[in-house]
Amino acid sequence: MCLEPSREIMTNSVIKCENVSKQFYSDGEMVQVLEDISLEARENEILVIFGPGQCGKTTLLKAIAALEPATGGTITINGKKKTKPGPECGLVYQTIALFPWLTTMGNVEYGLKVKGMGKKERRERANKYIKLVGLEGFEKSFPIQLSGGMKQRVGIARVYCNEPDVMLLDEPFGHLDAQTRYLMQEELERIWQTEKRTIIFVTNNMEEAIYLADRIIVLTNCPAKIKQEFKVDFPRPRNITDPEFLKLRKEITGILDPLE
Amino acid sequence: MKKINKYTLISFLSVLTFVFIWWTATDLLKLTSPTTLPSPVKVFQSFIGKLYQTNPDGATLLQHLASSLKVALSGYLLGVFIGVPLGILMAWYKPVDYIVTPLFDLIRPIPGLAWTPLMILLFGIGLMSKTMVIFLSAFVACVINSYSGIKSTKPVHLWVGETFGAANWQLLTKIAIPTAVPMIFTGLRVAIGASWNALIAAELLASTRGLGFMIQQARGLYRPDIIIVGMTAVGISGAILAWLVGLLEKLAVNRRR
Repeated sequence: MCLEPSREIMTNSVIKCENVSKQFYSDGEMVQVLEDISLEARENEILVIFGPGQCGKTTLLKAIAALEPATGGTITINGKKKTKPGPECGLVYQTIALFPWLTTMGNVEYGLKVKGMGKKERRERANKYIKLVGLEGFEKSFPIQLSGGMKQRVGIARVYCNEPDVMLLDEPFGHLDAQTRYLMQEELERIWQTEKRTIIFVTNNMEEAIYLADRIIVLTNCPAKIKQEFKVDFPRPRNITDPEFLKLRKEITGILDPLE
Repeated sequence: MKKINKYTLISFLSVLTFVFIWWTATDLLKLTSPTTLPSPVKVFQSFIGKLYQTNPDGATLLQHLASSLKVALSGYLLGVFIGVPLGILMAWYKPVDYIVTPLFDLIRPIPGLAWTPLMILLFGIGLMSKTMVIFLSAFVACVINSYSGIKSTKPVHLWVGETFGAANWQLLTKIAIPTAVPMIFTGLRVAIGASWNALIAAELLASTRGLGFMIQQARGLYRPDIIIVGMTAVGISGAILAWLVGLLEKLAVNRRR
């Protein structure tokens, strides 16, 4: 399956974070979680944010989605300042977070229903994305009847279907077993090759980062600052045993903070 | 399958043994006088008789049952239709929570039955006073359960809604309420039990018809057979009501999970 690029990464940035910081008070002490983070994601690229566990990656995504707004700096999406949650940002969660009372179809078409789109149009679009993530035949299944990997495909289709400007994936494969995780990485690559989107992908798994990314931003441990940016420009789909892959892996490993 | 049959048989034998001991103690050994504990045979005869006789309390068993059901269900439905929406609103809208919760916490620990004397003074011993007592019993269970149901909504589900641009009322109707449905039904089930209990107790205290009234009359007339018939009727109909609500719950909940 060679899908090498029919894609184009545009140079215009869809999303821009400038000097974003976040602190909050806990037991009277100020905790700094994000410090002076400036980054941008270009149209149709996969930007991976890589950092150690608990370093504030999720906080950054929530700030971008304005679910829990940043305390400093600005975030703009397609030139518009982001101040409240809305359909321009779609999130895929580590905990998957499907609605257990809705079927695959119900979950995928949810965003369109909220927008008030008519049933026929909604179904058509949802079907397209259910097909895209390879879940044809499972439209009427409830989440409890699906495996972990299938559930997360529903999670991805749900966001795709809403056609946001940027998709934020928060360790989406973190709860899956190693085998499924690997398959889902390939699957995401395939889905993205078929339907390009701007994706910000958060992970603490280095192979996952190198496998998927156009660029990788490495964060430091709490408070999260940008440590370094890496460009990943060798062809897709990548192989984790390629010398280029291993070389980059070594390079990134070299700059990581030692364990405390 | 074989195992289930075995256990059914054991349960059946257990009931049979109980009735047999009862029969031995009364009809066979005559340990008790018929005005304190009648034999199972006598109770069964009274039960059949009570299906068409209005003696000694002015109505047949089914008439009493119908009267009790009417009161119980009107109080119950009133409790459900006010309690469930109120619980939902309390859980969802902070101001409602602040205004209503203190009042609700005041009446919550009061057993439904404790309202009876006040209600009798206010509304007399007719339908209204008992309906109010039952309403309060059902209401409390409905409010508590729908409240906790809404509160159990996962933040991440609300985030999903918010990032899709859902308005507050959409978050409530499309996320919080579906989350709460199983707990709301638990409330309905608890409430039907509470209503039935409160009704019978209220009827024992003051009424002119109903199963509780029938039992109370029979006590005055030394008719323990009719008391037991009444108790059995209360038990069976209460169980059927609970089963019906449980069935509704299954239809609404299991289909989805």
